[in-house]
This record gives sequence, C-alpha cells and structure tokens, in this order.
Amino acid sequence: MEKIKEVVINNSEDVILARQAAREMARETGFGLADQTRITTAVSELSRNIYLYAGTGRVIIRALSKNLKKGMEIVAEDRGPGIPDVEMALQNGYSTNRSLGQGLPGTKRLMDEFEIKSEVGVGTTVTIRKWL
Amino acid sequence: MDKVPILKMGDTLILAIQVELHDKMAIRLQEDILKEIHDTGARGLVIDVSALEVVDSFMGRVLSDTASMAGIMGVETALVGIRPEIAITLQEMGLELKGVHFALNLEKGMELLQNIGEIFYGED
Repeated sequence: MEKIKEVVINNSEDVILARQAAREMARETGFGLADQTRITTAVSELSRNIYLYAGTGRVIIRALSKNLKKGMEIVAEDRGPGIPDVEMALQNGYSTNRSLGQGLPGTKRLMDEFEIKSEVGVGTTVTIRKWL
Repeated sequence: MDKVPILKMGDTLILAIQVELHDKMAIRLQEDILKEIHDTGARGLVIDVSALEVVDSFMGRVLSDTASMAGIMGVETALVGIRPEIAITLQEMGLELKGVHFALNLEKGMELLQNIGEIFYGED
C-alpha cells in the first residue's frame, strides 16, 4: 500500500494546505515533533517558491518504505521560469524575491536528502527526503 | 477568523497569533500592528506565537520586519512562546530574527518590556 498525496499550488492559501498534508503524513509515518516540524517547514518553503516564482505547480508527498527503513519523500515541481544558477540559489542570502533568501539552503539543511533539477524556460523540480 | 485581535494593556500592545496565517494575512497583520501602534501611542509590543506550528522563512521575515518597523516608531517588540521544535527549525535553517526580544511566555515578555521601558524612560 503506497500512501501519496498531491497538492496543487496556485496561491498562498495552498501553501498552508500543502504543509497540513505534509504534517499529517509525517505524523502517520511516525516522525517525532521536531522532524514533523522540519518536514512541514521544508514543504512550506518549496510550495511558496512555486507560487512566488512559477505561479503554479504541485507538491507530491509520499510515504517511503525501503528495506526496513521508513521515511517520506516530497517532490515540488513547476513549469516556471527555472533557476539560471542553481549553485547560487543554494547559497545563503541569495534571493530574487521577498524572502530571506534562506528558503532553499534552509530546506536542504532540514532534510536528509535534497535534489534539484532546474532548466531555464522549462521548470524546476525539487525532491527532498527524510528518513525515520 | 481572518483578523488577529490586538489588545492593549497599559503601554503595551498584545497579540496572539492563533491560526496559521497565509502570506497575505501576515502582511495585513503587519500593517494592522503598525497602525495600532500609531493610533494608541504604545511603547511595547508582545507577539505570542505559542499557537504557531510552523515559522518558515517568510513568517520569520514578517515577524522580524514588523519588529524593525515598530522599532523605528519607538516601540520594542518581544516575541514570546516559540515552541521547542520551532526554535530547532529556525536555528537549523539559519534564520535570524533581528530586532526582536525573546521571552518564554507572555508574562515574561511583559516583564522584559517593562524592564526595558524603565531603562529608557525611567520609572513613572
């Protein structure tokens, strides 16, 4: 049985829906309060990036089970403008919009695994994982 | 509820954020607070975030900006009731909330602002 939730992001209200979905699955997966909050915060950052930079996109939240390991994977994808310089976007303090410029690097630090694929004019996909 | 009530006690404004605010609500709250400071002549501002389960970079920025703006208007801000898991997350993300005083709860936040007020204005 695979648990999966998808939240379409169009506005800032959807960011709250995405993080509620993430929190719920984190709790069900068995994560403690600190990890639930790390995951929820990371989902908040990624969903906000979608609506700020791409306008629309989706967040897919999935419970993982690998051998005896349990965890969660979140994929945030959009078909927005893409990030010209991913390396720079992952540095602290970099931001082209109204945030602290710590959304992406902060998200990376909160999670166990972080992958980003971005192509200018095509879109951005960020995949994050946390293991129990 | 789509508006956060702002209370006044003596020279201090108190508000407790009880719901998850989406970005537009957060910005509107910031404007409401500044207007309330202007209208009431308050010297202190206490923001209780004990009900918040998430403080991400945007919310952190709004809280920090609000305190800086209130500071320019002559008002000290205390942020109270940050949950342990939020303290962990903010620290790990490297988010610094500048221009804000911190206290464990509402009572200690009021005390803190009162002490700061006495230093700045003397006892009256």
